[in-house]
Amino acid sequence: MSADRGVVVVGASLAGLRGAEALRRGGYAGPLTLVGDEPYQPYDRPPLSKHVLAGELRPDATALPHLVDLDATWRLGQPAVGLDRAARMLRLADGSALPYEKLLIATGARARSWPVTEKTGPLPSGIHTLRSRDDAAALRAALAAGPKRVLIVGAGLIGCEAASCCRDLGLAVTLADPNPTPLARILGSRIGGVIVSCLDTAGVDFRPGTHVDAFEADAAGRVCRARLKQGAAIETDCVIVALGATRDTGWLAEAGLMADEGGLTCDVACRALDADGQPAPGIYAAGDVARTPNPLHVGRLAAFEHWGNAVAQAGHAARNMLAAEDDQQEYRHLPAFWSSQFGINIKGVGLADGADTVAVMQGSRASRRFLAVYGREGRTIAAISFDQARWLPAYAERIEAGVAFPPILGATDQSIKDFGVPDFPQPRSR
Amino acid sequence: MSHDTLFAEVTDPANRADPYPLYARLRETPVSRQGDGSYVVSTHAAIRGLIFDPRLSSEDLPPSQRPPTGNPFKDWIVNPIKNRVVNAHRPLIFRDPPDHDTLRAIVMEQFTIPRVRGVHREVEGIVEDLIDKLQGRDEICLVEDFSYPLPVMVICRLLGVPEEDEEQFQKWATVLATALEPDSRGDEEARHATATAFDAISDYMRGLIKEKRKNPADDMLSGLANPEPGKPAMGDFDLIASAILLLVAGHETTVNLITNGMLTLIRHPEELDRLRRDPERAPRLIEELLRYEPPVHFRTRKALGDIDIAGTTIPAGAPVILLFAAGNRDPARFADPDRFDPDREDNQHFGFGGGLHYCLGAPLARIETEIALNALVRRFVAPRLLQDPPPYRPGASLRGPEKLGIGLERIA
Repeated sequence: MSADRGVVVVGASLAGLRGAEALRRGGYAGPLTLVGDEPYQPYDRPPLSKHVLAGELRPDATALPHLVDLDATWRLGQPAVGLDRAARMLRLADGSALPYEKLLIATGARARSWPVTEKTGPLPSGIHTLRSRDDAAALRAALAAGPKRVLIVGAGLIGCEAASCCRDLGLAVTLADPNPTPLARILGSRIGGVIVSCLDTAGVDFRPGTHVDAFEADAAGRVCRARLKQGAAIETDCVIVALGATRDTGWLAEAGLMADEGGLTCDVACRALDADGQPAPGIYAAGDVARTPNPLHVGRLAAFEHWGNAVAQAGHAARNMLAAEDDQQEYRHLPAFWSSQFGINIKGVGLADGADTVAVMQGSRASRRFLAVYGREGRTIAAISFDQARWLPAYAERIEAGVAFPPILGATDQSIKDFGVPDFPQPRSR
Repeated sequence: MSHDTLFAEVTDPANRADPYPLYARLRETPVSRQGDGSYVVSTHAAIRGLIFDPRLSSEDLPPSQRPPTGNPFKDWIVNPIKNRVVNAHRPLIFRDPPDHDTLRAIVMEQFTIPRVRGVHREVEGIVEDLIDKLQGRDEICLVEDFSYPLPVMVICRLLGVPEEDEEQFQKWATVLATALEPDSRGDEEARHATATAFDAISDYMRGLIKEKRKNPADDMLSGLANPEPGKPAMGDFDLIASAILLLVAGHETTVNLITNGMLTLIRHPEELDRLRRDPERAPRLIEELLRYEPPVHFRTRKALGDIDIAGTTIPAGAPVILLFAAGNRDPARFADPDRFDPDREDNQHFGFGGGLHYCLGAPLARIETEIALNALVRRFVAPRLLQDPPPYRPGASLRGPEKLGIGLERIA
């Protein structure tokens, strides 16, 4: 590797930091620069929607520990704005350019914001998203001020975790989602129905089948009402828009790579692909932004917003960055995520969407303690546990092995009376 | 040589002092079928696979059957009822989910941080007192004089058993500990003694629970007997079973850990010196001890379904013996496994078992052992073994010295 150019990591994130550390661990001793659009050292996101909102942890107490002495140059608060692949230069917002020999792209994703058009006009104040540390700090301050009713738009993992926190804080909460249950896209409504019962117990006003159309402001420009497509309205003075994320690839628009808001397409070795589908020399990607083929889902590209994937993929990309051209190894990763909400620890492995059957293998939905597996065409493809995570590794192993559905018969606390169609919503129109 | 009688050799008291060469031979077949139809699991990987396999059940105890007394009223009416109660309210180490999980969660709630801190202070006091009592002696038996009394006193204080009853508790604990020993299940006399002690301690607990309801104090039994409204609670039969379990499971195991600890330290004088100079070494040293000389060598389970593991199929219904102590010495997992090395990295031992039945009292055991070993090496001047190997108790699972004679220059 050319000594003066070195490695540049774009994205001072979990993936960026762990990738940089893996480079050093792998013996890379040359120049190393980490570029981040936020002014902060890499921080941990999972606590933002839990302990930070609850006021148990200050937003600035989320900095990630450094596991290796990086000896790196940090360019924080400095978004990357462009990439000149021919000259191997990364352009930053302040007009400067960074030469690189190898580049690790770990810019992640940003919260999908509420669409603002000429017709809607500017958004009222009091409308939040929850993705970054600043988002969490602002939302925490808003919640601490004691809003009369929090409206959460979108009942995915973040929306549900936020709803859970708000109820713990004693705030009135409405959770609106177009689907019949929360977590419908991730787990399907059959399992999502368990969250409906949790919402009910916790006293969350859940509005399934609800499309929020627009927000109205009071005289001071603060949000006071959400208008629904069906005509009704919800009075609210604090809104959390939790509609998922878009990948942070805008800065790559002119770079000639296969990038869009769904991610930056990579090959199995985490190498970014150019417009012709060829690996771009020296450019790798990891974490939320990286859209890769998955050996478990042949023919399908996916980018995972998972903590474990960010760490593992960054480590793998770093390994390949240091390896010879003919020693690029395939990244194999079983997707895994967790969430904690309503006092329940939810953990999942595999990819459930696309499943045609789901069966409760241990425990029961009624008790909110269970392990369920998803099957597609007779094969086991995913498992989800509600307060039963200890068995998950056994199922994960079988998902990786692609065993027949359902796996592991004869388990303790098993009745297998509860199985059926998972009830996923129609794919989102783009 | 065939491996299907190796486990019988493990349980043979003649091999108690050094079962490790047998374990090495067992590991040649990670899952090895024995002549009696049971399956012994002895490699780290296979044990690890099985403790996280949901098809392995802990409900492997035969139904309770009290031996006949000759008294028709007892034999036809009282004992069948007692048997039914015992069968329905096994302690949680013999229960599967979901009941296991419910009971365990309720017990865990009682291990509060202030309570565990309180235990820390109690243990320090008890340890120094026990050693003070040895002043002037140049030969002691570590088991009788120290390791044996300590855990019962600690668990009694934690539970809230009045001090004047501790001695009686000690006696019950001794009898009941054998009930946890899988190879004693068939022994008629042991069963009779166990049933008698079990009835006596159950009656005692029933009374104590009543007392804790009348006059609640800040102890675990008061907490368990007076659940907060709206929180999960257990019935009195489960409560009694849980309290007895805490006493029994936390007793002989901790005795073994402390005794094995001192035995191992005297056998490795350089480690004893290092610990004396640096008490902060204790946590690492205890983890290595849990690997090298664990207090519990194996536990039994039952396969609920056919389980394919390490090239063998364990058929549904078969007894499974998880030989944790063999996994702890598996060269495929631990470099130079027969070496006692407190500086070992990545020491993922099975000293406290694993999976959902992972020792509930592990934090307590660590605290007790740390305080005990640090005090012993600090205060025992020039300790030496009077007999090596020491005589062992008969149990192959709860394996530990029956006596540990130690000669001393003096007590500091």
